[in-house]
Order: sequence, then structure tokens, then C-alpha cells
Amino acid sequence: MSRGIPVTVARLDPESAGWLSALTGTGAEREAALERLHALLVRIARGEVARRGPRLQITGPELDDLAYQAAADALVAITAKLRQFRGESRFTTWAYKFVIFEVSAKLGRHFWRRPHLPLDTQHWDRLPDRFGFDPAQQSEWRDLVAALRRAVDEELTARQREVFVAVVVNEVPLDALAARLGSNRNAIYKMMFDARRKLRAALAASGHLGPDTSRRS
Amino acid sequence: MNGWSALDRFLRTDPRDVGCEQAMEMLHVYAELVAAGASTEQRYPGIAAHFRTCGPCGEDFEGLLAAIAEAH
Repeated sequence: MSRGIPVTVARLDPESAGWLSALTGTGAEREAALERLHALLVRIARGEVARRGPRLQITGPELDDLAYQAAADALVAITAKLRQFRGESRFTTWAYKFVIFEVSAKLGRHFWRRPHLPLDTQHWDRLPDRFGFDPAQQSEWRDLVAALRRAVDEELTARQREVFVAVVVNEVPLDALAARLGSNRNAIYKMMFDARRKLRAALAASGHLGPDTSRRS
Repeated sequence: MNGWSALDRFLRTDPRDVGCEQAMEMLHVYAELVAAGASTEQRYPGIAAHFRTCGPCGEDFEGLLAAIAEAH
């Protein structure tokens, strides 16, 4: 993966400067700004959990609790990191980012509250359906799926295999897996990235995938 | 898209992909540019590449875009 993104430090727009001034101040002005920011974060968190909730089978008060917790934790993170705000965006956009992250993290942890099969169970039989293989062409893709499974066993490290099987075969959300393994999204994604690269190379070497797969369409 | 192309697309990696950490660091800047209709693909190719393949970061990006749209 590549490194190095250009970072610019911009002059603050008046609204962002106002937020920063009030939040780094003292007394009643700071308290009022904190209250106003908290209300904004609650609104954004509620919108975000409502957007994601139905897919995650979370509804009602549980979803609202999650939004309030996300807003409260985001407020703590924002006030602790105020000096890191460089004015590259509006202050509110920067602040909303924290509440979105909190919603993601909380939903990731919430995943394990529902009953699930153990992580070491493997649902390879679901894979063809997940990638949209046509059941009528089973004789064609069965060999590809077998080759993929072989490559997972032979080419990946134990940790890469554990992550790949959980995320791809068993459909555990990446954030949920990170929470379960005591890891973080970036580390799990990096492991998946390396696993994908290795598996594609193995499938290309065995002739199952090539530079021109469109001819199989 | 059939199963072959879906699997092939999933397994393909883009060397420009910056990973979650850098993408999340710049998420607010990137999302605001996108919300303003600016072209981000050329300015931040590594972030664009990342959002195309990282489901959770893509979800956060969509969430922030929705928040920006709601707030303005």
C-alpha cells in the first residue's frame, strides 16, 4: 500500500474559528459550546444509526442508546483533540467524523451480542452465493472455489487465514472482527489486503483467474 | 457481474491504496470535497482506491457525506 498524502493547513472559516474559540475558552461560553456541539453530534449519530441499523437488525431504544453513547464518546474525543484540527475542512465536518467513527466501533462490538457460530467454523458452501455464481454453472465454478480454498490453506499465514475466513467466508464485519481480536480496522484491512494479493496471484498462476476474466462473462 | 468477475474484482489490490489509517485521517477533507462536487480521484488517488475496496471505510465515508448533506 502507498504512503504519503498531501496535508494542507488552511485559514479557518469564521464559523469554525468561532467553534474553536468557544471550545478552547472557559466558563459559560465553553459550556454552551459543548452543549451545542453535543446536540449536533446526537443528531448526526441518530441519523447514522438509523441509516445503518436496519441492515444490522438493531432497532428502537437500543439504536437510540447506541447513538447517545456514540455522541458522548465523540465529544470526549473531539475536546481532547481540538489542537489537531488544522482547518482543512469545516470544524463541524471534522467533528462529525468522530461521531461516525464511534458509531462504527459501537456497531462492531454490538455484532457479538447476537448469537454466532464460533470463529473457527467455516462456511465455504455460502461463498458461491455471496459472489453471485450461477447455480446452473456449478460444474464450472466448483473448481475455482476449490482452488481458492486450497490457496487459502497453502498460501496464507495462519493469521491471514483466520482473518480471510472470518471476513470473506463467514461474513463477519471487519470492525466486529477487529473488536473480537483486540486489533484495529487498519491492521485487519492490511492483513486482508496481503491475503487478497497472494490469493489472486495463486489463482492466476493456476490458470483460474487471468488478466482477461471478462471472457468468462 | 458474474461470480468470476466479482471474485476477481474482490481479490485485485491497488498499490495506490493508502489503507484505513490514512484514509480515515483525511476523511473529513475528502468528504467535504466530494460534497462540494470537486474531483477527488486525481487529487487523492490512494484514498479513492481505498474507498473502492474497504467496506467499513466506505461506509464511514457515506455516513459523513450524509451528515454533511443533513447539516447544510
